[in-house]
Amino acid sequence: MAEWTIRLISIASYLILAPLAGGLIAGLDRKITARMQGRKGPSILQPFYDLEKLFSKETLIVNKTQYVYIVCFFVTMMLTGGLFFGGFDILMVFLTLTTAAMFFVFAGASTNSPVATMGAQRELAQMLAYEPMILIVAVGIYIATGSFKISEVIFSDMPAIVKLPGIFIGFVAVLTIKFRKSPFDLSTSHHAHQELVMGVSTDMSGKMLGLVELTHWYENIILYGVVALFFVYNSLICIPVTIVGLLAVFLLEIFIDNICARVKASVMIKYAWGVTIVAGGINILVLEYFI
Amino acid sequence: MAKVSKSPWLMHYDASSCNGCDIEVLACLTPVYDIERFGIINTGDPKQADILLITGGVNTQNKAIVEQIYSQMPNPKVVVAVGICACTGGVFKECYNILGGVDQVIPVDIYVPGCAARPESIIDGVVKALDLLEKKNTEMKNKA
Amino acid sequence: MELIGFLIFFPFIIALALAFVKNNVVRKAVTYISAVIVAGEAIAFAVNFLVSGKTVQYLYDTEVIDIIMLIGEIFMMIMIIVLSAKYKKLYVAALSVIQTAAIVWLEFSGYMKEYELHHIYADRLTVIMVLMIGVIGSMICIYAAGYMRDYHHHHKEFTDRRKFFFSMLFVFLGSMFGLVFSSNMIWIYFFWEITSVSSFLLIGYTRTEEAVNNSFRALWMNLLGGVGFAAAIIFSVIKLNIINLADLLTCESGTVIIPIMLLAFAGLTKSAQLPFSRWLMGAMVAPTPTSALLHSATMVKAGVYLLIRLAPGMRGTSAGMTVAIVGGFTFFVASIRAIIHSDGKKILAYSTVSNLGLITACAGVGTDETVWAGVFLMIFHSVSKSLLFQSVGAVENTIGSRDIEDMHGLIKRYPRLAIVITVGIAGMFLAPFGMLISKWAALKAFVDAHNAILVLLLAFGSATTMFYWTKWLLKILAWSEKTVKQKNMTSSGQWVSLIGHALIMVVLVFIYPLISKTFMQPMLNSLYGYEVNQVLQPTDMIIMAFMVIAIFVVPFVAYLISKHSKSVTTTAYMSGINRDNGRRFIDSFGQEKTTYLANWYLIDIFGPNKFLKPATLIAMAGLIIGMIITIGGAL
Repeated sequence: MAEWTIRLISIASYLILAPLAGGLIAGLDRKITARMQGRKGPSILQPFYDLEKLFSKETLIVNKTQYVYIVCFFVTMMLTGGLFFGGFDILMVFLTLTTAAMFFVFAGASTNSPVATMGAQRELAQMLAYEPMILIVAVGIYIATGSFKISEVIFSDMPAIVKLPGIFIGFVAVLTIKFRKSPFDLSTSHHAHQELVMGVSTDMSGKMLGLVELTHWYENIILYGVVALFFVYNSLICIPVTIVGLLAVFLLEIFIDNICARVKASVMIKYAWGVTIVAGGINILVLEYFI
Repeated sequence: MAKVSKSPWLMHYDASSCNGCDIEVLACLTPVYDIERFGIINTGDPKQADILLITGGVNTQNKAIVEQIYSQMPNPKVVVAVGICACTGGVFKECYNILGGVDQVIPVDIYVPGCAARPESIIDGVVKALDLLEKKNTEMKNKA
Repeated sequence: MELIGFLIFFPFIIALALAFVKNNVVRKAVTYISAVIVAGEAIAFAVNFLVSGKTVQYLYDTEVIDIIMLIGEIFMMIMIIVLSAKYKKLYVAALSVIQTAAIVWLEFSGYMKEYELHHIYADRLTVIMVLMIGVIGSMICIYAAGYMRDYHHHHKEFTDRRKFFFSMLFVFLGSMFGLVFSSNMIWIYFFWEITSVSSFLLIGYTRTEEAVNNSFRALWMNLLGGVGFAAAIIFSVIKLNIINLADLLTCESGTVIIPIMLLAFAGLTKSAQLPFSRWLMGAMVAPTPTSALLHSATMVKAGVYLLIRLAPGMRGTSAGMTVAIVGGFTFFVASIRAIIHSDGKKILAYSTVSNLGLITACAGVGTDETVWAGVFLMIFHSVSKSLLFQSVGAVENTIGSRDIEDMHGLIKRYPRLAIVITVGIAGMFLAPFGMLISKWAALKAFVDAHNAILVLLLAFGSATTMFYWTKWLLKILAWSEKTVKQKNMTSSGQWVSLIGHALIMVVLVFIYPLISKTFMQPMLNSLYGYEVNQVLQPTDMIIMAFMVIAIFVVPFVAYLISKHSKSVTTTAYMSGINRDNGRRFIDSFGQEKTTYLANWYLIDIFGPNKFLKPATLIAMAGLIIGMIITIGGAL
């Protein structure tokens, strides 16, 4: 019973804290980006101001189903996060994550708008690009720690990254796609970046767009959670190590975002699959056949 | 509490300007002036914009476009006419194809004159727009 | 016993009767009634089996039946010879003659002793197959009755040979029942040949040049598998003194791997794995019920059924490795091929090949977990695929096209059709529907089996699978306010089948943990002869139960929220130039133009024929090398 209490507390704190943390991360991201470009940048709380504004505005819709898909996207993402922070099966987490992402694609394409449809197709191409690596992460963690259950993975004897350096590199590489950062912000993009108007989210406005923002924050927290999974193990030393690891990934992603120009989708797929095969594949082969 | 004015997202549309005002508007939006520190984002999507910066006197060709873009902006929204052409039609007023001033087509809230409008006055206009945005937001809240 | 005999013989009798019914109304009535009877008997058999809970073994003295089968085989050989002479494809006749001669020789050579063995055998796997064939197969027959009328209405250029068509459908069902009930390899082989020949006849239904060519391709590939089957029988009778399939798995001899490999080869051809997948693609020329039958409950499932039967014997052997890699490779390559197509039936066909590849890989790895996943994949695939084929057929008869680009806005135009297609597609790849759960279990099992190559193939393959299905869904779900609802043109008989399938799909989602616990685990215990671990852990069950509830509740809640939220309807953004909601726009000359939204098929990366040749060659090389290593190693 105690186990379930911990699970529930963990899920509840995720549901409450993830928007706060996600918003802060987004704010920090914008601040650091501005500083990298020699600007002052907005307040760290700017994402919260944006969200507040979006929720106070009128919502324009193109058709009724659009909103349904967005709400599905939101709820499925919370469900995914719940599964992750509840310590359940990591493979199941990734499969639900895919389902959530799919609802976002539906929301874009259901409007019959050319711009949003193109964005949706690109979002799909992005999913095609990162999906193999994500599954391989789950497999790698299982091989390294002997369990798919996150509640058991975090108490393993050794941090997973020791056995999974290749998979970690591969995951960080596709994380850029997941975070919608340059050079892979093809389907939609953040703040001042633009391509195809706003891509898949072109026809979303007001509360609907606010909900999408919020969902992305929930999603980003899950993704950072997966990064943390590579470092956490059965020791207190892992806490500073994990924090350093998360920070490093966070800064690296911002750095990449600022030094890269957007690429074509076919380049993205080739790059992502290439990294997956080289970094992820070799790592798995070595683990399976030589260790 | 100030809400909308803390994150005004703007959209810039060129309704047959000579490009003079456009250059000034874009100059304001460059990283040099760092408008992002006020939470301003330059977006290309009317559905996500709060302020429409519009330059040039509207012509017969793009009248429908201006109307449609305006209709696709969610309330509360503010229109800033930048440059004398956008305000009244300017030197092009008598042209066969110019309707003369954006307010012939859509309601304009703030007029920023000048040929070309200076960045300082554009920024001044946007600051005025923020106040108006806040006022419209309160009005919308009260109506609901 | 009577039930089994009835299930096998009744379809044949109906087939014979239907061959002489000229009247369309009478034929429809006979088809409906006998389909219901077959489905009822199949369910009765399953219930009977579950209540008694025993495996069934029957029939020891079968001299008469053996002779009838021999005559049947010779008859089929003569028919193939005549037809291939007529269409000048004598190599096909040669393949047929070789295997029939081999089997006939075996019967009279004296090697065949009086085996005191059962010929009919039914365990839980058989029950699953029987339910699949009985229920889905007969629903397809019901669907066919309505569909074929519309088909000939739309395609006046083809001769109406419906008598023959329906007769063949029932022959197919009968031979599938025979196949799954038999335990004697010669019997299995006999039914195996009937399915090959009747599928050949069904594919060639329209008698166009393309149909004839494709039907002969299907025939020679399946006959090649048949040659392998015959070789396996001869080897196991002469060298190992075994005639029963189940005995192969318990045989201690090291050379037993040779017949297993040969039988697996036959299974690979029948389940259309690379390099033999082209016959199933070609089978698309036939009317939709044929495709539905070949792709879902029968024919290809016979191949994977045989592979799953052999799975315990293939576990950890080079034969199993070969089969697993060929299957995994097919899964990946076929799903990539499906991306570049917009023809609905082609996508379905590639997806069949792809999913069968996954089942094959599961069987090849051969652990209890993978067999669990494989059997579940088989069940869910047959329901989903049959549903999808039938709904695409219905769409084709309604809008005159089966291109997914033309299905734009189907959810608004023909909501009921769109919903059944969506259920089918969701069943193929979305959580928490069965295929995905099985994939999840398969991935875990592949990792446990230390097969890293399969893991990689599965990771990439499921990404591409997700891509082509979502693309299709996007088309169906996109609509604008201007799209209007149109009149339903699908006949009620077709609806019975479509809604029946959709209901089965939904019910399966709810009860599969139950099936797993009460049915699959005992099946695995008896297949492997020891107590196997539960594949679904209690926590997994909780998550899944939660997800099943979520998948039905979330959209409903979302609907309510969106309904009550205040919003203003506007047009889609199109740089301000659109007219009436994004369907039309004003071009630079002031003219109105209509927008056309198409999916992205990634042709520049994957297509159109980039991978086909090399993939076929790689698969062929892999298969040949694998067989040489296996057979050479055993000798």
